Amino acid sequence: MSDVAVAPESAGERAFAETIEKDQRVEPRDWMPEGYRKTMIRQIAQHAHSEIIGMQPEGAWITRAPTLRRKAILLAKVQDEAGHGLYLYSAAETLGADRGDLTRRLIEGRQKYSSIFNYPTLTFADVGVIGWLVDGAAICNQVPLCRSSFGPYARAMIRICKEESFHQRQGYELLMTMMSGTPEQRAMVQDATNRWWWPSLMMFGPPDADSPNSAQSMAWKIKRHSNDELRQRFVDMTVPQAEALGVTLPDPELRWNAERGRHDFGEIDWVEFKKVIAGGGPLNAERIAHRRRADEEGAWVREAAAAHAAKATRRRETGA
Amino acid sequence: MSFADDAYGALTDHDDDARWAYGTGFADPLAGVPTTVAGDVDRADLAAYCLMLGDDALVMSHRLQQWVTRAPELEDELALANIGLDLLGQARLLLGRAGEVEGAGRDEDALAYLRDAGEFRNVRLAERGDADFAHLVARLLVFSCWRLALLDRLTASRDPVLAAIGAKGVKEVTYHREYAAQWVVRLGDGTDLSHARMRAAMEAVLPLAGELFSTHEIEARLAAAGVAVDPALLRAEFDEAMNQVLDAATLTGLPGAAAAAQGRDGEHGPELGEILAEMQELARALPGGVW
Repeated sequence: MSDVAVAPESAGERAFAETIEKDQRVEPRDWMPEGYRKTMIRQIAQHAHSEIIGMQPEGAWITRAPTLRRKAILLAKVQDEAGHGLYLYSAAETLGADRGDLTRRLIEGRQKYSSIFNYPTLTFADVGVIGWLVDGAAICNQVPLCRSSFGPYARAMIRICKEESFHQRQGYELLMTMMSGTPEQRAMVQDATNRWWWPSLMMFGPPDADSPNSAQSMAWKIKRHSNDELRQRFVDMTVPQAEALGVTLPDPELRWNAERGRHDFGEIDWVEFKKVIAGGGPLNAERIAHRRRADEEGAWVREAAAAHAAKATRRRETGA
Repeated sequence: MSFADDAYGALTDHDDDARWAYGTGFADPLAGVPTTVAGDVDRADLAAYCLMLGDDALVMSHRLQQWVTRAPELEDELALANIGLDLLGQARLLLGRAGEVEGAGRDEDALAYLRDAGEFRNVRLAERGDADFAHLVARLLVFSCWRLALLDRLTASRDPVLAAIGAKGVKEVTYHREYAAQWVVRLGDGTDLSHARMRAAMEAVLPLAGELFSTHEIEARLAAAGVAVDPALLRAEFDEAMNQVLDAATLTGLPGAAAAAQGRDGEHGPELGEILAEMQELARALPGGVW
């Protein structure tokens, strides 16, 4: 907490404190505390990694999508995720990070990504539920980040949230269509909802009382709302959508609380949450292994591109 | 209500055309194009021809989809998905046209998901699996050089739908060819290892090009009617483009095209069976399902 607690002394420190105070954006060339820089790099990198790892669970269904229209929608969505990853790695690079180095941290397990992607996609209904619940939760988390204090991240988030919102609507529309289909399809939607509901609530992170980095991030205006507040907002928004869809959310304690004007809901299994974060989720090892394999199998291609570029530069310089 | 205030509120905003990072062409690209078939054109021939070009795109797109999450760089993830989407879009238009001309009530999905391998009319080049990235870009270069020349001439077709599909496809495949050419040059002119792999890939892929230029009887009849393109006429343009790229890639002494296979008549290798098993699995598992 030292960075904000100590009275600003240098001009840079004073300017940074003033920028935060006035709710303006910090830009890459501005002076910033090292802690702020490290926090931003870590957060943006984790977000970028999540986009890239997040391509896998849904990407696995592209070749098997049951109509050509759904195939096109899914392929476009997974492509959008690659684009978000690229965009976010670029934002991290404005802070002095290097994409290759961040990728190494990911595949060596030294940097995290969203735990939600360690769960398997068992049926095509999962594609719809990921759009509805996972993208929905991501939007709840990320919309406030459009006002995050670091300029490049905030601007990236505006574009990303708009696309996530489109993905969410497409996922929900797939589920609506499936619910109008056969009993087997309706059962698939309910089953996928059952499996993804609790992991989606876990996407908001640990309860506020157990969230060590939150206070500093709030003080720096990197973060705008607490984990529990965002989680509550997500539940309140999702309940009527589940009703419209005709599925039951798998929580017997979920009910409207007229006094609070919000929904009460059951306790999250924090033991499972910690287990998945610590690498013990169903597919942690597979997700990283897949990414590592792609990186290793592409190494000779990247080396060739660098060698060709160096040769081309030499040829230009020698006029050959 | 601004987007930043309420993400869910924004979900009711239906003006969403600008929300795609990369165009997917979900608006009907054939809007306003007349769909009539000229009286002197054989409908069965036209439907079969649309299947030929549509299956080429559908099967090639499937191979590109298999690269998603496996590309050497993020930029290539984007590019390969983009090319796969373009070809998928072309396939949907062509299969849709085939079903419409056939008049038997089959739509794009019935044609994609409910035909067996022997009914697919794609060239063998499209179905070949990629042993590595060099094989992929070799195949994509050969495919794109040929298809670009074909689509360019298709813009003059008497069939208004084929002419429109040709015009749309030319813009797309011009980029596909550029992308593949750049990688063939980088790999050919890169390291010793990449040069060897690029050469091995070209040696494996180029013999498949023979089929691309052999004129099927259906193509001959429709070409005479001013509807289709006679692929034999594309050879010179193809060779010129290929030679330019292979020279820049320092790849010389490569084999020529071998005797033509008969993918157009439904004769395929086991690889198409594997592709269809994957592609059609779910659609066939739940008959009566709506997606």
